[in-house]
Amino acid sequence: MAIKDVLRGLAGFSLGESLYRRIVTPEVEAAIEKIPKPVGSFGYDPWGYNENAVKVSLGVTKWLYDHYFRVTANGLENIPANGRLLIIGNHSGQLPMDGVLLGTALATNPHGPRAARAMIERFFPTVPYLGNLLNSIGAVIGDPLNCAKMLESEEVIIVFPEGVRGSGKLYKDRYKLQRFGNGFMHLALTHKTPIIPVGIVGCEETMPAVANIAPLAKMLGVPYVPIAPPFPLPARVHLNFGKPMHFQCNMESEDEVTALVEQVKTEIRRLIALGLEQRKEIY
Amino acid sequence: MAARPAQAKKTILVTGAAGSLAKRVIARLHGRYQVIAVDFRQKVETDANIPSYKVDLHKRGFEDIFRNHKIDAVIHIGRFFAHEQDRQRRYNANVLGTKKLLELCRKYFVKQVMIHSTYYVYGASPYNPALLDEDAPLKASEVTQDLVDSVELESLAQIYLWKYPELNITILRPCNVLGPGVRNSMSLLLSRGIAPVLLGFSPMMQFLHVDDMADAIIVAFEQNKPGIYNVAPEDWVAFQEAVTQSGCSKLPIPSIPPVLPKMWSNLLNWNAFFPPYLINYFKYPVIIDGRLFRDTFGWKPRRSLNDIFSYYRKSKLLAA
Repeated sequence: MAIKDVLRGLAGFSLGESLYRRIVTPEVEAAIEKIPKPVGSFGYDPWGYNENAVKVSLGVTKWLYDHYFRVTANGLENIPANGRLLIIGNHSGQLPMDGVLLGTALATNPHGPRAARAMIERFFPTVPYLGNLLNSIGAVIGDPLNCAKMLESEEVIIVFPEGVRGSGKLYKDRYKLQRFGNGFMHLALTHKTPIIPVGIVGCEETMPAVANIAPLAKMLGVPYVPIAPPFPLPARVHLNFGKPMHFQCNMESEDEVTALVEQVKTEIRRLIALGLEQRKEIY
Repeated sequence: MAARPAQAKKTILVTGAAGSLAKRVIARLHGRYQVIAVDFRQKVETDANIPSYKVDLHKRGFEDIFRNHKIDAVIHIGRFFAHEQDRQRRYNANVLGTKKLLELCRKYFVKQVMIHSTYYVYGASPYNPALLDEDAPLKASEVTQDLVDSVELESLAQIYLWKYPELNITILRPCNVLGPGVRNSMSLLLSRGIAPVLLGFSPMMQFLHVDDMADAIIVAFEQNKPGIYNVAPEDWVAFQEAVTQSGCSKLPIPSIPPVLPKMWSNLLNWNAFFPPYLINYFKYPVIIDGRLFRDTFGWKPRRSLNDIFSYYRKSKLLAA
């Protein structure tokens, strides 16, 4: 009985181990090691980020990054290796593949890898397994207190100020920036955080949607239900990171803040145009 | 605070003296202060010169202690856990008892009061951000009626804190306190060989060794800086990891619909360690920010998470 258990344990271990080694390559392992991210004695942070989970997920997304979406990233040297940071980009492609690829680019940045945090919808924590899984790889619910505490502890946060307006838009509106929320600028001003703008090209073509079935979306309680390919298509993705933008303002009116948001939007528009220019083939 | 001459020892009344935390607090105070031990469960056996009483805080006899001793300070630790009494009697003991205690403190010019609260008052909700500050809303009564007494005890203490500054009230909200002798739900759960967990949910948690909590109470008492403080280490672990590390086998319980785990808990009478009203705390995180307390009092826990879990591991090995 005991011997059988030991054997079974060994078999499971070696099989799991070889698969694990294929996913968590030495390259991934080295990147995680270099990330300046403080964790507790069991490898967790207060939001549920877990080093071991991050290793596996980065192994998977790095493969997608290199071989499926064949990402070209420019301007990675603009990303500071330390200190609080907001990454602001254009959102597209129905599923948050753009967030995943951005996170992978940051975590494997040769100029200094960072563990980026993404903000997720508030219903995720109520979903069994998925809620914990998302937390363990760095995603947290988009609560202002979470953002504030993370910036104060010198973390990197990815924000798509268009939200579902951006990710849910139809193929005919591709690369047209939707309305930006002002929340990220308030965070940047309050917590004196530099902003790295990023133009993402290619994700629009991963899931071109021709229509949105709004009544069904409403019934299901989700933001949108697109008529689109059932899985992300392997479009080539170009990421163009801009130079850090620093803002200061007394915030005497919301119009002032909106004007600053407009500056970031203009820069993102420029970076998108750059990416479209670099792109030679879509798939 | 200035050093006091040895002959004028302060007199400190400690409630809940039969509990493991209060015992440790008394041991740390003993000698430097005159301690009076009070508990509503039993008359506590204490060292020779520590008077000990068994009395209900909300009954008349309690005032005699204030009449017979000149009490300088009160450390209020004693309360009924939710699994110890029905709701009505618990409310009387915890809320009305605390009210009575605070009234007596005013009447007899007590100069300092420490209240031992709990992180449960914040309430476990999927919308909780992590690292809650002391000014976050107390939403526990939204979660369940059974935690109303915790929230009301707090609110009451807060009213006295702002209204009667001469009482120098300090309210401490610790995270899960664990260790030898601790009888709260979490400690009872981790002491078991088989511990129920909710399928697909493993919220982040914070744990503090009961010796560190006793130290925290002492430093806060001696430095006397009234206010409300979270008490938690700068370390976090997922609940199911804590269960494994404590040497428990997991018993996975279907988690949806939400009524299912509550039903199981009721049916199997798991009230002591996995009570229906705490299900949400095994599902959603309540992570508190203990920075204010750590910075204000220069306190740091000395035992690690692994020290805490190894106690539960070892006690299981000894029992086997």
